[in-house]
Amino acid sequence: MDLVIARPEGLYCPSGDFYIDPWRPVERAVITHAHADHARWGHRHYLATRDGAGVLRARLGGIDLQALPYGETVDVNGVRISLHPAGHVLGSTQVRIESRGEVWVASGDYKVEPDPTCAPFEAVRCDTFITESTFGLPIYRWQSGDEIMTEIDAWWRTNAELGRTSILFCYAFGKAQRILAGVDQAIGPIFCHGAIEPLNRAYRAAGVVLPETRAVPDGNAAEFKRALVLAPPSAQGSPWMKRFPVYSDAFASGWMRLRGARRRRALDRGFVLSDHADWPGLQLAIDASGAQRVIVTHGQVAPMVRWLEEKGLRAGAFETEYGDEELGADTAPDDSGKSASS
Amino acid sequence: MKRFAALYSALDATTSTSAKLAALVEYFRAAPARDAAWAVYFLAGGKPRQSVPTRLLRTLAAERAGLPEWLFDEAYQAVGDLAETIAHIMPDALGTSDLGLADWIETRVLALRGLSPETLRVRLGEYWDQLDWGGRFLLTKLISGGFRVGVSRQLVIRALAEVVGVDHKKIAQRMVGWTDARHMPDAARYLQLVAAPDPNVSHLDHDPGLPYPFFLAQPWQQSADTLGDPAKWIAEWKWDGIRGQIVKRGGQVWLWSRGEELLTERFPEIAAIAALLPDGTVLDGEIIAWRAGDDKPLPFAAMQPRITRKTVTRKILDDAPAVFIAYDLLEYEGIDLREQPQSERRARLAELLTALRAELLGDLLPTGPHAVLRLSHELPFDSWGALETLQRSSRARGVEGLMLKERSARYGTGRTRSSGLWLKWKVDPYTADAVLIYAQRGHGRRASLYTDFTFAVWDRNPAAPEGQAVLVPFAKAYSGLTDAEMREVDAFVRKTTVEKFGPVRSVTPELVFEIGFEGIQLSPRHKSGIAVRFPRILRWRRDKPASEADTLGTLQGLLGEAAER
Repeated sequence: MDLVIARPEGLYCPSGDFYIDPWRPVERAVITHAHADHARWGHRHYLATRDGAGVLRARLGGIDLQALPYGETVDVNGVRISLHPAGHVLGSTQVRIESRGEVWVASGDYKVEPDPTCAPFEAVRCDTFITESTFGLPIYRWQSGDEIMTEIDAWWRTNAELGRTSILFCYAFGKAQRILAGVDQAIGPIFCHGAIEPLNRAYRAAGVVLPETRAVPDGNAAEFKRALVLAPPSAQGSPWMKRFPVYSDAFASGWMRLRGARRRRALDRGFVLSDHADWPGLQLAIDASGAQRVIVTHGQVAPMVRWLEEKGLRAGAFETEYGDEELGADTAPDDSGKSASS
Repeated sequence: MKRFAALYSALDATTSTSAKLAALVEYFRAAPARDAAWAVYFLAGGKPRQSVPTRLLRTLAAERAGLPEWLFDEAYQAVGDLAETIAHIMPDALGTSDLGLADWIETRVLALRGLSPETLRVRLGEYWDQLDWGGRFLLTKLISGGFRVGVSRQLVIRALAEVVGVDHKKIAQRMVGWTDARHMPDAARYLQLVAAPDPNVSHLDHDPGLPYPFFLAQPWQQSADTLGDPAKWIAEWKWDGIRGQIVKRGGQVWLWSRGEELLTERFPEIAAIAALLPDGTVLDGEIIAWRAGDDKPLPFAAMQPRITRKTVTRKILDDAPAVFIAYDLLEYEGIDLREQPQSERRARLAELLTALRAELLGDLLPTGPHAVLRLSHELPFDSWGALETLQRSSRARGVEGLMLKERSARYGTGRTRSSGLWLKWKVDPYTADAVLIYAQRGHGRRASLYTDFTFAVWDRNPAAPEGQAVLVPFAKAYSGLTDAEMREVDAFVRKTTVEKFGPVRSVTPELVFEIGFEGIQLSPRHKSGIAVRFPRILRWRRDKPASEADTLGTLQGLLGEAAER
C-alpha cells in the first residue's frame, strides 16, 4: 500500500492517519512550511519544525502545535515521522515517513542553494520522493544568490547616488528576509512595508540575524532618498507608493528569469532570485534522494513526469492545491490592479 | 558584438524613452563606424534574411543542450520566444568573443546561409560557446531573422544627432533607404550618415532613387468641432492601401513603400505612368487596387497577392489592377517642397496632374493609363457637422475614414507634430460580441500567459427552441486587454481548461468580449465562412453571459452591409 495518497483534503498517510499540508480542515496536519498555500487555518492538530514554529504562529495565531526539532523522530499511529531541512524558508521541512521498512519523503517546497536565513536543504534517501516542480523546465537556471545580491546592491547604490528610493517588491515571507540578510546595509537605511515587519520579528525571534529595518511611516523624505524599501508585490501601483516621489522599482522572483514576465510588470528591474529549486536543483534533489519512484505535486508537473519516466524512474503526479501563492506572486496579483500603461 | 548585445539588453530592459536614448548615445559614442553602421541598420528595422531555418535551429539547439525535442518545445511554449529559449537552455559558455558586430554579421551570421546541417551544428556550437546570455540571445535573434527592438527610428536619429552634433532632420533624410536590402551597411555609409552637412554634396549623389522620410498622421478620435475653424483644414478620404512615394529622377522611376521597400517591379502599371512625370518629381500617396470603371476600390485583401507573391503574373495584374492616388507633392523640378504649406503643395500637385492628364488625353482613352495616377480630391465642407456626416459614409465608399490636414502644415518627418498636423479620423470598427473558446500562450510580454484567443459566435440563436446552438470560431485576437485583465483571463483559462490540443486549450465557453474588426469577407477557408480583418478585443463584456453573444446571423448582416458598398 502507498504510504501517501492524494485525497480531496490533501496528501494523506493512511497508515498514520495524518495529512501533509492539507488544504481543507483535518484532524492532524504535518506542515512543511508557513506559506499560505501549505499552511492553512482550521486543522485540529499541527506538527511542524521548531525553527518554523514562530512564523507559523505569527501567521495562523493560536493553533495546537507540536514543534519538532529537525532530525528527531515521532511515532504517529505506528508511522515514524521525522523532519529534515528543505532550505526554502525559515523552518521549511521535508517530511520523512517510515513504515514497515519503506521510506517516503514529501519535499514541500525546497531549494538546494545556500540561504543565510534558514537551514540548508538536506538530501534524504527514500524509496519514493514527492517533489515540487515550480520551476521544472530547463529554462530555469539560477545564478548564485551572492551574484544577485551584488546586482541588487549595485542598483540600490546607483539609486541612492541619484537620490531616488529603491523599491524592491518581494514575497513578504522568506524572500524579504533573505534579501535583508544579503544586501550591503552600509548603502543606506532599510524600510519594510507593514506586511513584512511581523515576519522580520518572527525571524529575529528565531535567532536569524537581520539588519535594522524600520517601518515606512517612521521614515522621512530625506531618508527615503537613499533607502531600500521592501514591499510585497501587491503594493505595486497602490496608493501606498505615493509617499515616494522619485523611485526606481524592481521585483525579486524566479519568474523574472523570463523577459516576458519582466516586461509585463513594467518595472525598472527584475532580479532572478527564487526560493525554489531551479531545473538543475530539482534534478540534483531527485537524484540524491535515490528514489525509484517520484511523485510530482505542483508547478511544471507534466514535463517533469515525462522527463523522469524517460530517465527510467517510475513517475506520477498528485493533484494538489499548492503553488497558487507562488504564481500569485507573479502572474496573478489581482490586488494590484496595474494596467499596461502604468 | 558585446557592446551591441549590452545595448540590446539595455533597450530591452527599460520602457523609459530617456533611458533608451542614453543607452543609444553611449553606444554610438563608443562604437567603431563599421559596427555602428550595422547597429543603425538593425535599430532602424533592417532585417537580413533568415540564415538558418527555424526548424533546424530548434533541433540543433535542443541537441546542444541535451534536451529531447518535446522538452525543448515545452520550454519554448513557456518562454514564448525562440532566441530567449535557446539562450536559457544552453550550457555555460566556454569563452568569450571580442569580435565586433560587423565581423560577426559579415563573416559569421550571413555566411551561415545554405550550409549543411552538419556544418551548422559545428559552427553554431562554436558561436554559442563564445557568448554569454545576452550575446546568445542577440545572435540567435539575428540568425533567425527575428531581431526586433523597442526603439523608434526617430529615437535612433536623435541619438545620432546628439552624438555627432548634426541636425536631426538632416540625419533623418540621409537615413532613408538605410535598411534597403540592395546595400550592405559599411563604415563609409555610416560616416556619410553622420557627417557634418556639406552644402555642395547632396545625399542623392550617392543614390538618386531615395524617397523622403514619410510624414505620419496622428489618430483622431474626438469630435471634429474641437479643431477650430474648418477653413484651416483640408479633408480627404483615407484610402485603405499601401502608403508609397513615387520618385522620378534622371529618367528613372522608383516606387517605395512606407517600410522603405522598393516596390517598382511589383507595380509595373504605376511605374509605367510615373515614367511620364517630369524629372525631379516626388509624389506621396496610396497604392490601392481599383478596377477600371469601378466607383470604389477593391477591398485591401485584393492587394495581398500583389505584395506577397514572388512573381506578379498577368492574372494577378488583372485581378487586382493598382492605381496610385497622389495626395502630396514633395519635390518638383528637383526642388524640395516640404517646407511649403500643405495648401501650396496640394495646388501644385493638382496642377501637375491636370497638365499630365491634358497631355495624355490626346491619344488615350479616359479609362486608359492616366487613371492609374489620380489625385486624392479635397472634400469640400463648410461645417464640422457636415464633415461628420460624410465621415459616416466612409464604409460604403470603401475607405477607412477621413484625413484632416492643416492647410498651413509643412511636410514633417515621421510622427512629429511640430510641422503642423495630419490627422487620421477613422470610422468606428465593426463589432460583435463573441465567446472565448480557445486560448494559447502568447509571445513577448505576454509570454507564458494564455493570451492568444479564438473567439466564436453562435451558429443560431441559442434561445430558439429548435436544435442546439453551436459556437463557431470566427476570429483570433490578442490585443486590447489591460495587463490586469490578461492575468485574470489567464487564470480563467487555466482553471476551466476542458481539453488540450498541443499548445492550445479549449475552455468553458463563458467569457464574452466585444471584438472589433475593420473588414469582413466571405471565406470558404474558415469554419464560419467569414474572414475578418484586424480583429482585436475592444472590451470585456462582463455584463453578458455567453448565451447573449452574437450569432453568425449578425456577422452575415455585416457582410451584407459590406457587400452593398
